[in-house]
Amino acid sequence: MTVFVIRRLLQALLVVFLMSLIVFFGVNVVGDPVYMLVSPDADQADIAAAIQRLGLDRPIWEQYLLFLKGAAQGDLGDSFIFGEPALQLILQHMPATMELAFTALFLSIAIGIPLGLYAGLYPDNPISKGIMATSILGFSLPTFWVGLMLIMLFAVELGWVPATGRGDLGSFLGIRSSLFTLDGLSHIFLPALNLALLKISLAIRLTRAGVREAMGQDYVKYARAKGLSTRRIIFVHVMKNIMIPVVTVMGLEFGSLIGFSVVTETIFAWPGMGKLLIDAILQLDRPVVVAYLMIMVLFFVLINLIVDILYSILDPRVRLQDQGS
Amino acid sequence: MKKMTKATVAAASILALGAGAVAAEKLTIGLASEPTAMDPHFHNLGPNNAMTLHIFDRLVDQNEKQQLVPGLAVSWKPIDDLTWEFKLREGVKFHDGSDFTADDVVCTVERAPNVPNSPSSFGTYLKGKSVEKVDDYTVHFKTAEPYPLMANDISTIRIISDEVGCGAATEDFNSGVAAVGTGPFKFVSYTPGASIVMERNDAYWGEAPIWSEVEFRPISSGPSRVAALLAGDIDMIASVPTTDITTLAANDEIQLSQGVSNRVIYLHMDQFREDSPFITANDGSDIKNPLMDVRVRKAISMAISRDAIVDRVMEGVALPAGQLLPEGFFGVSDNLEVVAYDPDGAKALLAEAGYPDGFQMTIHGPNDRYINDAKIAEAVAQMLTRVGIRTAVETMPRSVYFGRASRGAEGDLPEFSFILVGWGAGSGEASSPLKSLIHTFDTDKGFGSANRGRYSNAETDALIEEALRTVDDAKRQELLAAATESAIENVAIIPTHFQVNTWAARKGLRYTPRTDEYTLAIGVTKD
Repeated sequence: MTVFVIRRLLQALLVVFLMSLIVFFGVNVVGDPVYMLVSPDADQADIAAAIQRLGLDRPIWEQYLLFLKGAAQGDLGDSFIFGEPALQLILQHMPATMELAFTALFLSIAIGIPLGLYAGLYPDNPISKGIMATSILGFSLPTFWVGLMLIMLFAVELGWVPATGRGDLGSFLGIRSSLFTLDGLSHIFLPALNLALLKISLAIRLTRAGVREAMGQDYVKYARAKGLSTRRIIFVHVMKNIMIPVVTVMGLEFGSLIGFSVVTETIFAWPGMGKLLIDAILQLDRPVVVAYLMIMVLFFVLINLIVDILYSILDPRVRLQDQGS
Repeated sequence: MKKMTKATVAAASILALGAGAVAAEKLTIGLASEPTAMDPHFHNLGPNNAMTLHIFDRLVDQNEKQQLVPGLAVSWKPIDDLTWEFKLREGVKFHDGSDFTADDVVCTVERAPNVPNSPSSFGTYLKGKSVEKVDDYTVHFKTAEPYPLMANDISTIRIISDEVGCGAATEDFNSGVAAVGTGPFKFVSYTPGASIVMERNDAYWGEAPIWSEVEFRPISSGPSRVAALLAGDIDMIASVPTTDITTLAANDEIQLSQGVSNRVIYLHMDQFREDSPFITANDGSDIKNPLMDVRVRKAISMAISRDAIVDRVMEGVALPAGQLLPEGFFGVSDNLEVVAYDPDGAKALLAEAGYPDGFQMTIHGPNDRYINDAKIAEAVAQMLTRVGIRTAVETMPRSVYFGRASRGAEGDLPEFSFILVGWGAGSGEASSPLKSLIHTFDTDKGFGSANRGRYSNAETDALIEEALRTVDDAKRQELLAAATESAIENVAIIPTHFQVNTWAARKGLRYTPRTDEYTLAIGVTKD
């Protein structure tokens, strides 16, 4: 297993390096950040000074080498707009996004799996059909539209929860999060639900399909014949078997939860990395965009690794060995 | 008479009681764009300049119409050709209790142009100026040449404290340690992306604000901002999306405040290239750039219906423009009218210039910078096509657009032939657009830096330069007006309209609109 992990980490390094090439050049050929920064009142000398200060007068390969040199030392460059290290900015915004993504993941599992289980066990029940029909909506409606509708319904019409923003932060075990205050929870409810909607539908469909398949399997019949209670059959034997695809997909989707949070954070004015990224893209704050993408690459690589390790725990047949060779 | 006095006293005491009752009130404002720092000298950018104005004061203040009024300086005047004397306000205290004196001014002027990592420095306004303390409440600003716009330039600089501000880094302002000013509000907290909180400065030298606490929340998405206001989460929002103005105006719970801004939206035309890249004959072959002919430029101006743009595209929320700034601003000409819509006259002029069948052209514009920018470009293209200039439209995000429009072609020249742009006169008078948009592009003198059409006219240039040397206000005003007339007569640019900004507040609150587009808590009053 150790060899496997080391090998995977080396592969990850290669992926990160290749991505840095693609991301850096991709971001640096678009637009001209100078005119996004200097005041309109600036004269030619001011503009020339800004170009030089940002290093944009150098050839692009030289800029890339400088970036690589910095990156090797953990410095992904300073934000053009905030003047602070891009990495630091992203890390400052990360907790807000993480709590949103984790809450959304929790909601998808807590709502999606029970509903999927029900729909799988009683496929012909009208409630199950209702669940499945609603899950199609979860897949097909655009996030930003659903977000606005949620705000209109729960905040403007009903007035139950606030429309936008992140609430008061509370401290628990040294972690500061809006999950630890009532105000914070009321603020996170709508954005987390909005973000989770797609994943809830996904969890419902995966669980249902898994349950439907498993219920016809020999081991279930055997367990029945042996006289095990239905509860034990479902929650111990069936669940264990259907969890593998669910864990894989949910694990991988956690990355996309963070990625998709861009839309949700913008609509709900949630001060996370996604909003930082959107602002950085609009204002051409290149170092922040590059740093964000690099971090996301790292994330996906790590999540993949963790999912692989979880496999082996859930299914002893999976051996973490050289699958490549 | 006596009765009257009594009544007045009674009214005054009721007012005073009323003021007492609102003493502990909190105001929450939703902003479209967020400041990038609490350091008043870090980034010369609208949202930053508006936000820091709550905490810090300037020597010379700009009122809601951008007229210069006394701030921390009570008076200013040139004492010789090269020196301006500013008399400072006495008895003003910083939030930490220390006194405001000339030392604070001197150290501010030294720090402002030299903030590390500043994306856009205030050095632009302090170039070529030096400051000298005469006594505790008098400072002299010196220049190498006569400089009439001293007070305008100084009105962009926020004064920080000698003791805690001048040696501080931008992070110290963001954390609040150095965010100590003389302004109407004191810094409480700054959480980037989430909120900025301030409390009333009870020792403020000017009129005390009616709000005991103010919170600003950045909500960049327009519909969400409106929804947050409707939900009652916030009391007021800036930058109401034009599509929501009609619905909000019909809502009894909401009150709108609108006011014209200092921002003119205009068309710039390539006037320096014989073969302009985005202009061809009707059959697609190359032609000599028709925009070099003043008759063609005039025809284009006549072919554009400003009223249609204002009524249809802007839904009535804009003013037709005939020059660089709306009336009321310093240096505006009284002789210029909005060019009348005259498609037949435009066709006749085009025929006279040798283009009876018109030509082909592309208009380029941004699609995320000005209110309805892409739609305006489309409307202009349709109007021009109607008089025979078949115009295609290409719009792009501002991050791509401005770079290409300014220096996208070979040799750092402007890339496009015909563009839609806007200009906000930060100084609040006509020399700002004249200097940057109209004067010949001249790197050495620092003029024409935003002259993307490269209009160049010796007569206009001479008038602008003379105005910029003339210290006498009345004379300068005349020269600026004359320069504007010369530019508009030669169709250096084609102004279409002035932007009107809209704020929306819950019922009972009103915002005094500002031409500089700032959203200030002191401008929010109760009915």
